[in-house]
Amino acid sequence: MEIDVIKKRRIGRMKIILSIILLILLLWGSGYRTNISLYDFFVGIPNIWSTLLDMFPPDLGYFHYVIGPMLETIRIAIIGTTFGGLLSIPIVLLSSRNVTRSPLLFYTARFILNLIRTIPELLLAALFVPIFGIGPIAGIFAITIFSLGVIAKLAYESVEAIDPGPLEAMTAVGANKIQWIFFGVVPQVAANYMSYFLYSFEINIRAAVILGYVGAGGIGLILNNVLASYQYSRALSIILFTLVVVTMIDAISNKIREKLL
Amino acid sequence: MIEFKNVRKIYPNGTVGLNHIQLKIHKGEFVVIVGLSGAGKSTLLRSINRLHEITEGEIFIDGQSITKARGKELLRIRRDIGMIFQNFNLVKRSSVLRNVLSGRVGYHSTIRTILDLWPKKDIALAMDALNRVNMSEKAYSRADELSGGQQQRVSIARALAQEAKIILADEPVASLDPLTTLQVMDDLKRVNQELGITTIVNLHFIDLARKYATRIIGIRTGEIVFDGPVEEATDEVFAEIYGRPIHKDELLGASK
Amino acid sequence: MSRESNHKRDVAIAKDIQRQLLKKRIMKWTSLFVVIFLYIWAFKGMKDFHIGKNAVKSMKAILGGFIHPDWDYIIEPGGEDLIHALMDTLAIAVLGTFISAVLSVPFAFWAARNMSKHKWISSTGKFVLATIRVFPELIMAIIFVSAVGLGPFAGILALGFHSVGMLGKLFAEAIENKDLSSREALIASGANKIQTFWLAVIPQVLPEFLSYTLYRFEISVRAATILGIVGAGGIGAPLIFALQGHTWDRVGIIFIGIVVMVTMIDYISGAIRKRLV
Repeated sequence: MEIDVIKKRRIGRMKIILSIILLILLLWGSGYRTNISLYDFFVGIPNIWSTLLDMFPPDLGYFHYVIGPMLETIRIAIIGTTFGGLLSIPIVLLSSRNVTRSPLLFYTARFILNLIRTIPELLLAALFVPIFGIGPIAGIFAITIFSLGVIAKLAYESVEAIDPGPLEAMTAVGANKIQWIFFGVVPQVAANYMSYFLYSFEINIRAAVILGYVGAGGIGLILNNVLASYQYSRALSIILFTLVVVTMIDAISNKIREKLL
Repeated sequence: MIEFKNVRKIYPNGTVGLNHIQLKIHKGEFVVIVGLSGAGKSTLLRSINRLHEITEGEIFIDGQSITKARGKELLRIRRDIGMIFQNFNLVKRSSVLRNVLSGRVGYHSTIRTILDLWPKKDIALAMDALNRVNMSEKAYSRADELSGGQQQRVSIARALAQEAKIILADEPVASLDPLTTLQVMDDLKRVNQELGITTIVNLHFIDLARKYATRIIGIRTGEIVFDGPVEEATDEVFAEIYGRPIHKDELLGASK
Repeated sequence: MSRESNHKRDVAIAKDIQRQLLKKRIMKWTSLFVVIFLYIWAFKGMKDFHIGKNAVKSMKAILGGFIHPDWDYIIEPGGEDLIHALMDTLAIAVLGTFISAVLSVPFAFWAARNMSKHKWISSTGKFVLATIRVFPELIMAIIFVSAVGLGPFAGILALGFHSVGMLGKLFAEAIENKDLSSREALIASGANKIQTFWLAVIPQVLPEFLSYTLYRFEISVRAATILGIVGAGGIGAPLIFALQGHTWDRVGIIFIGIVVMVTMIDYISGAIRKRLV
């Protein structure tokens, strides 16, 4: 008996040592590939500090140029999240094991979802800009697809966790599939869904800011231009403005989400 | 009214759920099914409205085979059967009224029910059902604000709103305290007598079964071992059904 | 009961229900109006909502690139190929996540409510983390590129600093949720501060820390793929070149490569995380 315990401890310790060795290898390999050394850190960090200092003070007079594009960014986020949210509803229902009977539909829906979720939103936007041209439309499409991924995953996890009792009751009462979903599933997940929608909106505001960098409209476009022409203090004012807006929206959204749950 | 013909249920792993079930239940009867846990009470009850499927035989509701029914036909047959569950199975976040109205979805088109466009007659029916179980004040409360006994009464109201001809109750009082148990059983009995709704109840409390049933069916390992009027259900008969003498915890009176 | 008293009771019930209903209805309608107004504002602002004829043409071209990707790009003799670029991206994610994991630990303890005597200490910690979290990685990357030059170093720093915001918050929550009464037991038996820390706190929070780090790693891999767009190394740069040059077959193979890599990383990371918790 004692030998077993000692063996187990030894194996456990070996596992830890192996993992640490693996980690060190990984880190060293990554450092090698990227040509990074500790020296770079010592030189680099002060450089960052001086760059940041260069950006001060922010060009406050620039603010009123920035408001228009900021509003456009917010619009892109609102419209994109809404479309994404609406489109996610059928996908969520098809991806939930307790709602969808057909394995074909289920696996297809999950596959599409997983595919969407592996692509970062900026890449989506970068793909849509050549199609729809520079401007907010590419951004809206990108955010739509991106939110679809975010909301659907959270939502189907919620749907799969609901109480099956009311679902049974709806079957017993003679409801057809749509009524079954509406009276049994929807009331149980509606609040969660709205919360995920708002959460996705918080993410999308940030995303919409960045998407502009590849030309998908909004304030990112301006930021790109300004940085390209080295107008750092203007860049700082844009960044600060963005931070303020994002924080405010986060606060409002959090409040609403608290009330929902 | 309800007829089982040669019904068997065998599970994929070979276990026999139901065997040799031949049964006729007539309109207006108050039947209580008793038996050990796992004996097949639930399977028997749930095969009536096809929540559980049978592997052999046929079940007829008012002459119509529910076993062979498909699609809309199946929904329509289910519409006439109300079910009361041990865990009430109300939608917790919805109002009591909405829960009761959900019993009526089989009567209207999908769009009407989804958009909450219930005709006045339906709302009146729902309020009437709530009145019958003395829950009308709570019509707009959320279902999870109610106690267990109240929720079960709402669930009875849902079955009434369905204008059900049959009510199936699967261990309806197992989650309730002794006093509420009697109230709910009283409600079921009253509904059965005043409206003539055929009522079939699964119970594991023997004294309750004796108090309320007109007919008792005993199940043991998936087969009916006793079927007769309540007067004939002596202690020996119950021992037969359970395969052993009655335990104290199978009497409701003992848990008071 | 007589019919009259029944009727009076019904009337009283109805009035009460009506009052409750009215309150709910007012709240419903106001929020509905706010939302509708918001949507009208949003859609009105989109003046030129037109999808040009070019759109369909471009879409077809891009789809063509996906269906017939540039397989040659996967491995090329000079090392300027997909596999190397993806490995670079992975390396950036690894180093960035590692740095942020190490940095997050002290921040987490700063921000956790049950680690300090006064509430204001943890509140400031939480505030600092929240401020870091507001900065999108891309903007950090842009700033760092200006500071330390083009290349993966900027990307690693950007990832490292940005992730501290999220990891710090998750770690802090893990610490707060842990039942640390075992600390008391150790102190009672005479252990000093460092020992209690090592024996009581660390073992309880370590699995969660690792799990969160892996979760953050999955996100960082995705983030690292885009940092190249602003010059911070990885596959973002070749992607932008391919997009700007309209070489859709190369765009296709890069996308496929990214999807495959991210899926594999997610799978491995998910498997490890399951065994942790």
